[in-house]
Amino acid sequence: MTAITPAGTSRGTSPSGAPGPGPVTRPTVPAHTGSRGTRVVGWAAVAGLALLLLYGLVVSPADVEMGDAVRLMYVHVPSATYLYVGCFITTVASALWLWKRTPGWDALAEAGAEVALVFSFVVLLTGSLWGRPTWGTYWVWDARLTSTAVLTALLAGYLALRRLDLDPDARSTRAAVLGLLLVPNVVVVNRSVSWWRSLHQDATLARIDPTIEGDMLVALMVGFLAIGLVFTWLMMHRFRVAWLEQQADRVDLDAALAARRAEASPAAGAAGADDRDGGEVPA
Amino acid sequence: MWRDASLVAGRDLRIEARSRVALQQVAPFALLVLILFAFALDPEGPLLERATPGLYWVTVLFSAVLAVARSAAVDEADGVRDALRLSGLDPAGMFVGKALAVAAELAVLEVLLGAGVVVLYGADPAAVGLLAATCVAATVAVASTGTLYGALVSGLRVRETLLPLLLLPVLAPVLIGGTRAFEAALDGSPADGWSWCGLLAAFAVLYSAAGALAYGTLLEGS
Repeated sequence: MTAITPAGTSRGTSPSGAPGPGPVTRPTVPAHTGSRGTRVVGWAAVAGLALLLLYGLVVSPADVEMGDAVRLMYVHVPSATYLYVGCFITTVASALWLWKRTPGWDALAEAGAEVALVFSFVVLLTGSLWGRPTWGTYWVWDARLTSTAVLTALLAGYLALRRLDLDPDARSTRAAVLGLLLVPNVVVVNRSVSWWRSLHQDATLARIDPTIEGDMLVALMVGFLAIGLVFTWLMMHRFRVAWLEQQADRVDLDAALAARRAEASPAAGAAGADDRDGGEVPA
Repeated sequence: MWRDASLVAGRDLRIEARSRVALQQVAPFALLVLILFAFALDPEGPLLERATPGLYWVTVLFSAVLAVARSAAVDEADGVRDALRLSGLDPAGMFVGKALAVAAELAVLEVLLGAGVVVLYGADPAAVGLLAATCVAATVAVASTGTLYGALVSGLRVRETLLPLLLLPVLAPVLIGGTRAFEAALDGSPADGWSWCGLLAAFAVLYSAAGALAYGTLLEGS
């Protein structure tokens, strides 16, 4: 959607065109989604990732059983946690959108699902890489692995619905119903899959050593902090992009309305509107 | 609500009785899939017999996608959605009616497929009570979930491809539960299967309630 932004900016800020009830007083659409807040969070995330590299690769020791593969856990476990946080945000924001109908909740639901999808890929990738030396294979039909794969499909379906060419309000309503079902779906799938696997395996493979301590615990905490900052930074940008998309939809609609009005009253539209409208509105 | 439900269900089933899409296209497709599975897996060996419960439910799910897509498509032509919206029928009743019609079609299909696996795969239907209860619970689960997701994609140009992507991951628990319950029933140890049947029933109740609550919103917002 970045291609829209320059057009939106020119339309919003140039006061020379279109006198009368035209598209002159659009809210200024910023050219990018950065701000002081995102830059602060972004640099904090970079610092956090540097700290995570230091702790994960240098300070913390290799595990007695898993060896160096344990270092993947400092990325994998926080990513899985924020994956669920993203799903939760989507469901709560969908419920609030259905209740309040304020556009911000819709944008938040979209942002949550998209960032969650990114994290689900990270979780699946790091999980497979971790499984290769530990289990001897990239994939086992472990309950958590399998339900994460299904969750990825659920998120992909939600985002596919969001991308459809549909009236924005109708699309938001459908997406909100689907988003509202996201967490219940995840819970039902997780429960049934783990029940399914527990009948076939005597012991589920433990992912996390429960007695983790010392430098490894610190590294994991740094992982939670750093990945959390990355999550927040992505959410801020993605939310603003979704918000800009909503603005762009509205700007196009207003411009088209103004063009029609200008056609109806040629005296008002003749001066400035004609040469501007030619390139922007498909007449 | 129930009067509205029976009106909508009657309408959908009447359309089906006259167009015979489910009977003449979906049911033969399902039986064809059974034959294709026999090509893919060696029909003489023990593999097919062991895989019978899973193959049965995979076939039911694929056929259900077709039945649901057909059920949603019926409402799209000639502004039927607008007419339904203006009709004053209870949205929850409409949802229940459409789900019941799909469930009735699926029930016929499951009986046909059951006969198919007995004849073609040599399955031995021992614990009939568990098999029947599993079929009822799974049918309600698939029909209610399918009707809800059918409404989510109705009117879209890409609905045929989007519906399976949205619906099949959600129905994964139905596949798991139905397969385990059938395995228990065919192994002759039905006691293990009833808990899976319970999972299917809980799933059916959950998604029926969700669909009945959400259908009005979906109908208004399109």
